[in-house]
Amino acid sequence: MHIAVVDYGMGNLRSVAKAVEHVAPGRQVVVTGDPDRVASAERVVFPGQGAMPDCMRELDARGLRPAVIEAARTKPFLGICIGLQMLFERSEEGDTPGLGLLPGRVRRFPAERMVGSDGSKLKVPHMGWNEVRQTRVHPLWAGIPQSARFYFVHSYFVEPADPGLIAGETHYPAPFTSAVAGSRLFAVQFHPEKSHHAGLRLLSNFVAWDGRTPAAVQTPQAALTGTP
Amino acid sequence: MGLAKRIIPCLDVNAGRVVKGVNFVGLRDAGDPVEIAKRYDDQGADELTFLDITASSDGRDTIVSVVEAVAEQVFIPLTVGGGVRSVADIRRLLNAGADKVSINTAAVQNPALVEESARRFGSQCIVVAIDARRVPGSDPLRWEVFTHGGRNATGLDAVAWGKRMQAAGAGEILLTSMDRDGTKQGFDVELTRAFSEALDIPVIASGGVGSLQHLVDGVKVGRADAVLAASIFHYGEFTVGEAKAYMSAQGIETRQTDG
Repeated sequence: MHIAVVDYGMGNLRSVAKAVEHVAPGRQVVVTGDPDRVASAERVVFPGQGAMPDCMRELDARGLRPAVIEAARTKPFLGICIGLQMLFERSEEGDTPGLGLLPGRVRRFPAERMVGSDGSKLKVPHMGWNEVRQTRVHPLWAGIPQSARFYFVHSYFVEPADPGLIAGETHYPAPFTSAVAGSRLFAVQFHPEKSHHAGLRLLSNFVAWDGRTPAAVQTPQAALTGTP
Repeated sequence: MGLAKRIIPCLDVNAGRVVKGVNFVGLRDAGDPVEIAKRYDDQGADELTFLDITASSDGRDTIVSVVEAVAEQVFIPLTVGGGVRSVADIRRLLNAGADKVSINTAAVQNPALVEESARRFGSQCIVVAIDARRVPGSDPLRWEVFTHGGRNATGLDAVAWGKRMQAAGAGEILLTSMDRDGTKQGFDVELTRAFSEALDIPVIASGGVGSLQHLVDGVKVGRADAVLAASIFHYGEFTVGEAKAYMSAQGIETRQTDG
């Protein structure tokens, strides 16, 4: 059984694959655009970069949509960046329909609201290291300090219709969802493969994850103190 | 709390070796890009930039091997620039493990390269490097774009060029003051500020850092989103961690690391 990194021709997956290999020594990590290899994987990493319309088009051009949807429903699945955004119903980027696995949409940072608390202009893309507040306990946050910084680079963010999906939140300048958790599925807006210790820990938690999510709704106190 | 200001050490690479005498205590090999990158990673560098200064064309492939080797061991963003001429060059570097590729002279010679590469690979990985020099006697202040390592004047107004590159799809601007580069007198903060106010994409200030206060000035006065420096880190004057501690004490948000 292998760990599949889904390759649909949009950019460099080497960093993702190398980081997963780094935290999963001895396990087979396969970068693949073959639906069968995605289907036969024990777990799946679904990265993405560039523009969402291109990502959706290339995913379909390679016939990967059914395999990705099936994987997201049935095995431990980690979406990264556009790989998070594509799970939702629709994106403002090119008014593109997503995979519709999660209810909600993807919006652009609104230019008129990009002002920091000191009055300075906030740039788009949101690029660099920002804090992720863990809004619920989850196996993928294990050992990662509350509000640890991760590396982001994106101009769009997800707006889940179901607040129960939210697993992490980041401010730029308003709060936006930077991580979601569903059944067997975890997806993040930041790049764990580029986020140093915290990112490697998240990947290491993912490769060890059985896909189960604690069912109980966390108390606010537990959410505040963060890691289990 | 929000987005941290980034500190980016820059390494000059010639034929696969780091040059300009990086001087870390205890390095087995002072020119080994992997060892130096790991050292900066441990110190808490937020990104690393490699500038390929290999003159001969047959040495060109060495930077690809450097990027491959570093990307296997260092899990922070890597930017590579120097001699990038074509979409094929960009693809090779991205495939080797670079997260961003910086385009300088080729952007001036062929602005369509920026457009095409941003479309193909995404703006997030396209950095346009601009070398700017003050226009003597200009009032209000103006800067001119130079190419070929600052040797060739282009006649282009630097801020206007920055806006044009943003429109073409650049995700970030690496802005070097040729007046200050190598002087240790600090960034040209008026240049940095002019860019940061005119553009919506992040601006990395570069050129002239000689002290930790210069880094603070780049952010506070120049409004830079990130600061790039070479010699103050290479010669062991300061660690990245010390730079962050200094900036934090001045009220600048930085990423604190356990390393």
